[in-house]
Amino acid sequence: MEAPSVKSPIFSRRNFRFHKNSISMSDQAKVDKTRRNLMVATSVVGGAASVGAAIPFVISMWPSERAKAAGAPIEVDISKLPPGELGVFEWRGKPVWVMKRTPQMLDGIKQVDGRVSDPQSKVPQQPDYAKNEFRSAKPGLLVLVGVCTHLGCSPQFKPASDKAEMGADWTGGFYCPCHGSKFDLAGRVYAGSPAPINLEVPPYTLVSDSTLVIGEDKEKKGA
Amino acid sequence: MTSRLQALWGWFDSRMPSAAEQWRIHAAEYYAPKNFNFWYFFGSLALLVLVIQIVSGIFLTMNYKPDAALAFGSVEYIMRDVPGGWILRYIHSTGASAFFIVVYLHMFRAMLYGSYREPRELVWLFGVLIYLTLMGEAFFGYLLPWGQMSYWGAQVIVNLFGTIPFIGPDLALWVRGDYVVSDATLNRFFALHVIALPLVLLGLVVAHLLALHDVGSNNPDGVEIKKLKGPDGHPLDGIPFHPYYTVKDIVGAVVFLAIFAFVMFFVPEMGGYFLENNNFIPADPLKTPTHIAPVWYFTPFYSILRAVPPLFNSQFPGVLAMGVAVVILFFLPWLDRSPVKSIRYRGGLYKGWLAAFVVVFVLLGYLGVKPTTVWGQFGFEAFFLDTRDVATWVARLCTIVYFLFFILMPWYTARDKVKPVPDRVTP
Repeated sequence: MEAPSVKSPIFSRRNFRFHKNSISMSDQAKVDKTRRNLMVATSVVGGAASVGAAIPFVISMWPSERAKAAGAPIEVDISKLPPGELGVFEWRGKPVWVMKRTPQMLDGIKQVDGRVSDPQSKVPQQPDYAKNEFRSAKPGLLVLVGVCTHLGCSPQFKPASDKAEMGADWTGGFYCPCHGSKFDLAGRVYAGSPAPINLEVPPYTLVSDSTLVIGEDKEKKGA
Repeated sequence: MTSRLQALWGWFDSRMPSAAEQWRIHAAEYYAPKNFNFWYFFGSLALLVLVIQIVSGIFLTMNYKPDAALAFGSVEYIMRDVPGGWILRYIHSTGASAFFIVVYLHMFRAMLYGSYREPRELVWLFGVLIYLTLMGEAFFGYLLPWGQMSYWGAQVIVNLFGTIPFIGPDLALWVRGDYVVSDATLNRFFALHVIALPLVLLGLVVAHLLALHDVGSNNPDGVEIKKLKGPDGHPLDGIPFHPYYTVKDIVGAVVFLAIFAFVMFFVPEMGGYFLENNNFIPADPLKTPTHIAPVWYFTPFYSILRAVPPLFNSQFPGVLAMGVAVVILFFLPWLDRSPVKSIRYRGGLYKGWLAAFVVVFVLLGYLGVKPTTVWGQFGFEAFFLDTRDVATWVARLCTIVYFLFFILMPWYTARDKVKPVPDRVTP
């Protein structure tokens, strides 16, 4: 094998060693400590300033005031929503489902307790007032963010009558067309679905029988 | 006249001799192995596609509007009202897929002939960085037409970041700039797509080529031509890149452009693979299309994501597996312990693993464009079956083989029976 040429040091590790040794001790002794310290100090200060200068660029990517204002709570009129039908409202650009569940629907939820992953809603996907059997402040009224907890698609409402498509034991719920996750009418995910946790219950306040405020808790009002 | 031109050149050259020097270093006196074959077209083709994308992209921005209310309409405007606009858009959309085709073949060439091995590790590392940047570039660009697939694809991918423990939700919010994919997201993706990532891409391409030209090209035999030099100091098995390989690459470019033009003019949508059908519907944040699939070049990794079941109430393990599937490429130069570089001198063990890798990569890519129900369901229940979809289980098997190819590589490459490597390249 030919000796490695100077132009391509990569072929030999010896060259690196040679290079390292070429900085002799006498060179190192000549280092002016004062100047070296000054150089280190200015580098540190300059580095800190560069990091500081990056801040406006990074924070400019957070939601703007306008985007935050658009994320404010919304007030919806639910007086005209027929029982058992799905109302879809837009809050923070996401679909929010509102449904007046019938007693049969609530029975259906009880029947599937054994087939959902988190029947007790242990994972914090809801405000405290919705951490119960039907995941709602008032048993009959369902309020959910209609966004699949798998990867953010919007599931479709499949009533109990869709047994032909969803199977004979279907008691009504939601089906995500993206990756096949299934949820019951309380937004609880069926075991074996790609979605890991139940659908999110947004903060909401029932102001009257006909008016629902989505995006705001009773407790936080006026804060 | 000639003497005038020569005088002008002399004037220029005496003031900037480095211009001619660069030409000599990188073309006229860059000695490449004389045995390059078909697989060596794809590097120069990738460069050609990069130029095509930059030029067509510049002209598209002259009529495109990065505004959620106007974007979809402006793309249709380019297609229908701008003279030649449809050609520009189809060049750009076909170019995106063509880019990945040539890059995948280029990377496979490196795997065939061990081009990532010492001393070319840096060439490979810069190459994988180019591939990563290209994925980002394609992802950001895909949102711009603001169709249903653009919107929901971006929604799914940004939510991948949301699954990272602790910082995920805030990170996703920061990437989107809003609570959902919105006008703010479109605007910043436009900025990243048309200026930020192209600059990074160009810088990396320069680094990739400089690193390559410092160590010299590998070849189908995997022998170092610099070891044997003639009396002129040039490798015995090397020929100047210009004119020999510039001419060869022009032939490749002509054939490539003919295929490119055929796709562009006759099948620009490629049956829904280059331009997905759902993307001809404007983005609707309240309605998810019935089947979401990324564009074909992301689907092998998307399949890996879907194959990993959620653990500990989190989708993160799947996201992690997908990320590792890409990042593991960086380690290839150090995972391969074979005494030889080229597949020509490797044994059956490596060839078998490489073949398995190709099969699972293609299979994962195919499954990624289809719903998980594509192959039906198992007819029985069992305690270990968390899903009965046959395709999901096949994808899981493929994912395991994909990772084993890399994880077991130090073992099977060192153990493989190799053939003796000649001193010089074979004709």
